[in-house]
Amino acid sequence: MKSDRIKIEIQNLTMAYGSRVVMRDITARINQGSVFVIMGNSGSGKSTLLRHLIGLQCPAQGDVLYDGKSFWGMDDESRKVQLRKYGVLFQSGALWSSMTLAENVALPLIEYTDWSAVDRDDIVRLKLALVGLSGFEDYYPAEISGGMRKRAGLARAMALDPEILFFDEPSAGLDPITSQNLDKLILELRDSLGATIVVVTHELASIFMIADDSIFLDADTKTMRVQGNPNDLLQHSSDAKLRAFLTRGASLEAQ
Amino acid sequence: MRSAIVEKVDSTLSLVVEMQAPATLLIKLTGNVGGHNNPPSIGVVRDALDQATGVRLLSFESAGVTVWDSRFVAFIRKCADLCRKRNVELQGDGLPEGVRRLLRLAQAVPERTDARPKTVKTHILQKLGESAIQAMLGATELFRFLGENLAALANLLRGRTQFRWSDALLVMQECGPQALGIIAMINFLVGLILAFVGATELTRFGASIYVADLVGIASVREMACIMTGIILCGRTGAAFAAQLGTMKVNEEISALETFGISPVEFLVLPRMVALMLVMPFLCAFADLISIAGGFIVSVCMLDVSATEYLARTVQAIQLKSFLLGIGKGSFFGFLVAYSGCLRGIQSGYSAADVGKATTRAVVTGITAIIASDGIFAVLCHALQI
Repeated sequence: MKSDRIKIEIQNLTMAYGSRVVMRDITARINQGSVFVIMGNSGSGKSTLLRHLIGLQCPAQGDVLYDGKSFWGMDDESRKVQLRKYGVLFQSGALWSSMTLAENVALPLIEYTDWSAVDRDDIVRLKLALVGLSGFEDYYPAEISGGMRKRAGLARAMALDPEILFFDEPSAGLDPITSQNLDKLILELRDSLGATIVVVTHELASIFMIADDSIFLDADTKTMRVQGNPNDLLQHSSDAKLRAFLTRGASLEAQ
Repeated sequence: MRSAIVEKVDSTLSLVVEMQAPATLLIKLTGNVGGHNNPPSIGVVRDALDQATGVRLLSFESAGVTVWDSRFVAFIRKCADLCRKRNVELQGDGLPEGVRRLLRLAQAVPERTDARPKTVKTHILQKLGESAIQAMLGATELFRFLGENLAALANLLRGRTQFRWSDALLVMQECGPQALGIIAMINFLVGLILAFVGATELTRFGASIYVADLVGIASVREMACIMTGIILCGRTGAAFAAQLGTMKVNEEISALETFGISPVEFLVLPRMVALMLVMPFLCAFADLISIAGGFIVSVCMLDVSATEYLARTVQAIQLKSFLLGIGKGSFFGFLVAYSGCLRGIQSGYSAADVGKATTRAVVTGITAIIASDGIFAVLCHALQI
């Protein structure tokens, strides 16, 4: 379902906290139906970039375009409507702790659809089944494991059939097997839903497995280095920093 | 035999159910099954299965489907449920590829039937018994924590604790000087109210000068310390519970314990000592403000001169009343810190739990203040203080 249609375009984005610039001049194009990975070392501003993409933080300069439309140029109301087309999985799931898993998934449906309660329940059960949590509808987030919480967060992110799914560090805090299963799920969702997927991560195994395309953020020069498929970048890129990142520092030791 | 059994057409979606081969039911879908459209109703399929006899296979034809969403997948899942119940095989070959993949994904992990927590109906007597046991356990916990605190206080007096004065001073600043504004406002209003009530009653007997006695004694012995205690409970006790509760959620309290640092000595004791030391000063301040409130009402409304009122107030208030008031204040400070920290440390591990802990801290604190004040009143009466 990968197409050449550009879904998201990041244009000369500069991110700053107050007067402290985190990253400048980030430019990238993300194709519809692809998995796009934002990689970089800890503290390089990966999550900050994600916050700019999902409307939590306003860029200091530049813009983000969705389907060719300026995201930060919209008024607040239309931006809110636009945001319903995206789903976000936060680092530790960010489930609302006073609600059961079913209620967590149902909340966006209650707010933004006029479906009957029966239809809603069907969708909630379907979404939880998709992430392998059938039968856990009536559990509270505190009663399940971290990996399950993350999957439940994904079910919630998918509640409104989003066009784009954002993942913030999906493998953080998960064991290798659970983490790999989540990666497989990401690929499966890309293929079956045809959704565009943006992932922030520094987990190499995960990057090589899921990424169709990626950018590398460098904290020292405060800008992005290259865009491309990480497997190709590892083969062909001459950027020393990026090579060191992709080889866990082995390329530095070899010198 | 090729006749349509049911046909449902809406403006953008049509669903035709027809008997194909002798034992095969075919559902033909065309159009848009997503977005604002309602998905086909499962009743149509159920009726078709009811009407047809000897159906062994249900298959789909969806080449004409342009758009679909999750509700369509949910519809197919319901069809699958129906088929399972009736021993009919469901053939998904004719569905869009994405739908088939999602169906496979949804079935990949079988439903955990044992996972659902059972909601068992309990008898009212059983519930009563259970809550009694809970209350007992709660009370044990209450006294255990009290014991730990008293032991920690004793250790402090012997100079053998992990107590940090810098922490205590910080808490003192937060709950002392920074609370003066609200304490002044509330106590001023209480003094005003006391004087109003007294004035209307006492003037009828020509005894309006005794408003000074009423306001002075009531403020110094009871109202000032109770009001200050309650303000502190809402302001500082709640903050203690929220802070310690969040520390529990972040496992900061567990981290202290692994270093062998007692959370009671390190976290609770500074707060408790700070409140016990600050409260007498806050109470004395509240006494003054409350009397000022009464003074203003009396001088403005009644036929009482300022000097007369002040002289009467000085005469009415005995030293022991004043000491009783600030002594009680210090004790209330202990109660506020105790309930705030207890509920904070008892908190569970989620945002909702921290909210509950804060609520319980304030409820426990205010209840303890009022109840213990009642006991003090009886004791003072018996001891003629």
